[in-house]
Amino acid sequence: MLSRTASHLYWMARYIERAETTARLMQVGARNALLPDIGGGYRNDWEAILQASGSLEPFREKYGETKQRNLETFLFFDEENPASVRSCLARARENARVVRTALTSQTWDAMNSTFQELNQLHRTERSKLSLTDLAEWTSNACALARGSIEATQLRNDGFHFMGLGFTLERADNTARLLDVKYYVLLPSLTYVGSGLDQTQWVTLLRSMSAHRAFQWTYRGEITAARIAHFLILNRQFPRSLLTAVQGTCDNLDHLARGYQNPSEAQSAARRILAELAEARVEDIFDEGLHEFLTRFMRQNAGIAGIVQDTYLTGEPA
Amino acid sequence: MKLRIRHVSTFAFDAPVKRLVQSHRLSPTDTASQRIMAWNVDTGPASIGAAFRDGAGDWTQTVSLRGPLETFTVTVEGEVETQDQSGVLRGHREHVPPSAYLTSTRRTALTAELRGLAAEASEGTAPGRSLDRAHALCRAVHDAVAYVPGSTEAATTASEALEGGRGVCQDHAQVLIALAHACEIPARYVAGYLMSTEDSVGAEASHAWAELHVDGLGWVGFDAANACCPDARYVRLCSGYDAADGAPIRGVIDGAAEESLDVSVAVLRDGQSQSQSQG
Amino acid sequence: MTQADPTYFNEMLNGSDVRAAYESLERWQAAMPADLRSLKQHEAEQLFRRVGITFAVYGEGGDPERLIPFDMFPRVFTAEEWRKLDRGIRQRAAALNAFLADVYDRGEILRAGRIPEHLVTHNEAFEKAVVGMRPSRNVWSHIVGIDLVRTGRDQFYVLEDNCRTPSGVSYMLQNREIMMRMFPQLFLENRIAPVDGYAAALKRTLVSVAPPKCDGTPNVVILTPGQFNSAYYEHSFLADLMGVELVEGQDLFVDGDFVWMKTTEGPQKVDVIYRRIDDAFLDPLCFRSDSMLGVPGLMNVYRSGGVSICSAPGAGVADDKAIYTFVPEMVRFYLGEAPVLENVPTWQCAKPDQCKYVIENLAELVVKEVHGSGGYGMLVGPKADKSQLEAFRAKIEARPENYIAQPTLALSTVPTFVDEGVAPRHVDLRPYCLVGEKIELVPGGLTRVALNEGSLVVNSSQGGGVKDTWVLAE
Repeated sequence: MLSRTASHLYWMARYIERAETTARLMQVGARNALLPDIGGGYRNDWEAILQASGSLEPFREKYGETKQRNLETFLFFDEENPASVRSCLARARENARVVRTALTSQTWDAMNSTFQELNQLHRTERSKLSLTDLAEWTSNACALARGSIEATQLRNDGFHFMGLGFTLERADNTARLLDVKYYVLLPSLTYVGSGLDQTQWVTLLRSMSAHRAFQWTYRGEITAARIAHFLILNRQFPRSLLTAVQGTCDNLDHLARGYQNPSEAQSAARRILAELAEARVEDIFDEGLHEFLTRFMRQNAGIAGIVQDTYLTGEPA
Repeated sequence: MKLRIRHVSTFAFDAPVKRLVQSHRLSPTDTASQRIMAWNVDTGPASIGAAFRDGAGDWTQTVSLRGPLETFTVTVEGEVETQDQSGVLRGHREHVPPSAYLTSTRRTALTAELRGLAAEASEGTAPGRSLDRAHALCRAVHDAVAYVPGSTEAATTASEALEGGRGVCQDHAQVLIALAHACEIPARYVAGYLMSTEDSVGAEASHAWAELHVDGLGWVGFDAANACCPDARYVRLCSGYDAADGAPIRGVIDGAAEESLDVSVAVLRDGQSQSQSQG
Repeated sequence: MTQADPTYFNEMLNGSDVRAAYESLERWQAAMPADLRSLKQHEAEQLFRRVGITFAVYGEGGDPERLIPFDMFPRVFTAEEWRKLDRGIRQRAAALNAFLADVYDRGEILRAGRIPEHLVTHNEAFEKAVVGMRPSRNVWSHIVGIDLVRTGRDQFYVLEDNCRTPSGVSYMLQNREIMMRMFPQLFLENRIAPVDGYAAALKRTLVSVAPPKCDGTPNVVILTPGQFNSAYYEHSFLADLMGVELVEGQDLFVDGDFVWMKTTEGPQKVDVIYRRIDDAFLDPLCFRSDSMLGVPGLMNVYRSGGVSICSAPGAGVADDKAIYTFVPEMVRFYLGEAPVLENVPTWQCAKPDQCKYVIENLAELVVKEVHGSGGYGMLVGPKADKSQLEAFRAKIEARPENYIAQPTLALSTVPTFVDEGVAPRHVDLRPYCLVGEKIELVPGGLTRVALNEGSLVVNSSQGGGVKDTWVLAE
């Protein structure tokens, strides 16, 4: 397969995943904004949210105040914000358009109609759109794209490059969402474990569509350790780091088998997988959750880098 | 006359380059005025391929190298036995019809000023006597454009050079080509080497001149920078429509880097030992 | 529907009778209620959008992905009509290729004085860089698009030749696909020669011109300028139909003797490039040095026999305006045959007797500047007033060599769906002739139709649409 084609498929998937993450961030932010602040008034978590998507500075420059309306605009519609839902979905669709012949008509339809609907939304009067609607629309659109790929695409190398895009991006995004919660959302580490903390953990779970899943899995009190376990080490939860890395490994194995050529990316991904498989939550807390997550994001990006060099440049090092 | 040539081009990049591809016409061809005794083009670790003789009779080869690269050096060394043919190109096999060289490029595009100079210079020469006319045009260019190194750039056009009244051998050649076109004489750009003497100019890097197609004689070289026709001090490398098309090295790099080029050329008469070079 | 304008040949009618070839179509359209028609029209548009056969127009505002209007009323050629066209098109494609092979080699036709040398060698489309080159099988133009107009029952004229990269074939294929899907019964009632063999024939053609250095199965690719090119969909459509990679310049590189494609499994050698980019952009080391679309070193690999480029760089010199006049001469010179297809008669004002004719018949002719383009400096006799005619007469007399004249062509019409029902509209035809080991021509082509009443302009930018083109089986 042409490296550029693989690259477009890979990035298409990454942008779909990223759009969904931004929508999740919007939901976390909106819900947190409704919670009373421990020091009086309401919390302003939006800055933390923006920081998580790496766009606090551009937001401040453009809008100044963190008003909800501005945030919605910025996170959903703003084409100048590369992480906005619109930017991500437009790029996903553009990547799809270029390699249209590598996609089934169902997949292309899903990408294309999403984009048309998005333009429709853009023309809709803003007062008629609630943030929750927008976030839900995004999740649905992404689910449609993912479902079309899963149900109709040939299981060839292109499929696994899309798969890699999803799993690598998802691992990164989960780590990021978690990092927001643990590291940035709290004014100081002394609040960890407080009552307010609990409600925010719940918000985080909700944003991952994982609140009820968590309850089914752990059937007990929500604790920081259990949340961390769930989002990092649980093999059942589809967005956990372990599940995402497992997916990355599987996709890389498929590629290596298809090409009859093992890759360095495989070894790198297996190393992370092995570490996660043996890790205990206590070890992670000992290292420091933020430190652990930072290290994980770097390692995950490392795999992406090797994938890039090995497959997407066409001239393996 | 036996000439020894050493021509070193060093390309330096301010950021590592992923890949480099060059098209070289660095191997002179045997003609009545030059016989190649020994010749070598050294491109270090680069792979050489896709070689052929083009329609204009110039040997062309492709040089490619995968990076990361910060510098790249091409070293040309050789020995040529030359003979004065009064500038007439004899014994050079080529297929391009001379009339193709009536085509102007951006660099040799005609303007009213160039046409004016051509008309003025060819006044008094009969249209049938294209050799006289070619000499007259060559002298006119020599008089109109002073040899001033550094006064023009690689992309300077014939019209700009004439307007500024200054230039280097490349500009002289291109102005002469434009004037020839104005008189409907096919003309082309020639790159090569010149052994410098006290009173010659233009041996910085590689030299360039023009060839005009003269009825009855065929292609004849005219070096407007020195107001003469190439003799035994000249070695002809390759030709083209203009300085870009006729460049012995054309290349591109893959990567966002600025390229700088350092060239040193020495053309010595056998037994001569002093060397000249200029960056 | 049956009214006949005697000025223009209506392809459906014979006098006021419907020709046999159109009988079932006439019944079909008459039986179609207006609401069904608009439903079908809508369905067709949806299908076009879905398959993605749109053309992109950037920088004009609005949706950049546009549809060329599709008219459902097919145009029909009988087997007998097509036989002549088929022969003429193949003949012309062969002659154009022989011409290209000649002018980049010994130039016999120029030496023989049949075509003035300067028209060829001193022509922008003449590529010095390929002089002396002998491409695989000595084929230069692998896909020849010949634009034809019809003015009478047996009268066809070639309007122009397209030897570089004629576009529009995706419409030919897609128009048929959609008609078969929407109106299968029409294809049962009529025996219509299929066109869907085009992709296989194109691939066969490209494979057959693999370069000398290629051993094994040739790796064919389509080289596109990229997704912002107006014909990008056609490029990806053809790549998909042929099962070959659609590459951009950035996907290829030159190393050693060959061109390589960057793939997920490392570099893969490329043998045949069907390029859809212009000569000037092919290789910055040979042509425009600022080209970002091409492949540095490609021309050197081509010239040294490491890759085939279709169409061959330099092929444009055969479809140049100035050369067009001489194509019938090429047919005679290279093939020793009488041309089957005629050029539009052209009077050269440079020749005194022809100039005299032009001056005397100015009011009936179209006069063009030899080097003009885009309709500038043109006189349309029948539409000009007296003072304009006088002004042009003076111009021609002052500089006769600067002008040519042609008759105002009465383009034939084909029934076309319009708001009020069905009405005759003017059409032209572009068949696509493939030249490789063999010359192949699928029965059909792209019919373009001027949708505006009375208009003779079939370009999509000026209200033109497309139709399915049927050739009835023998």
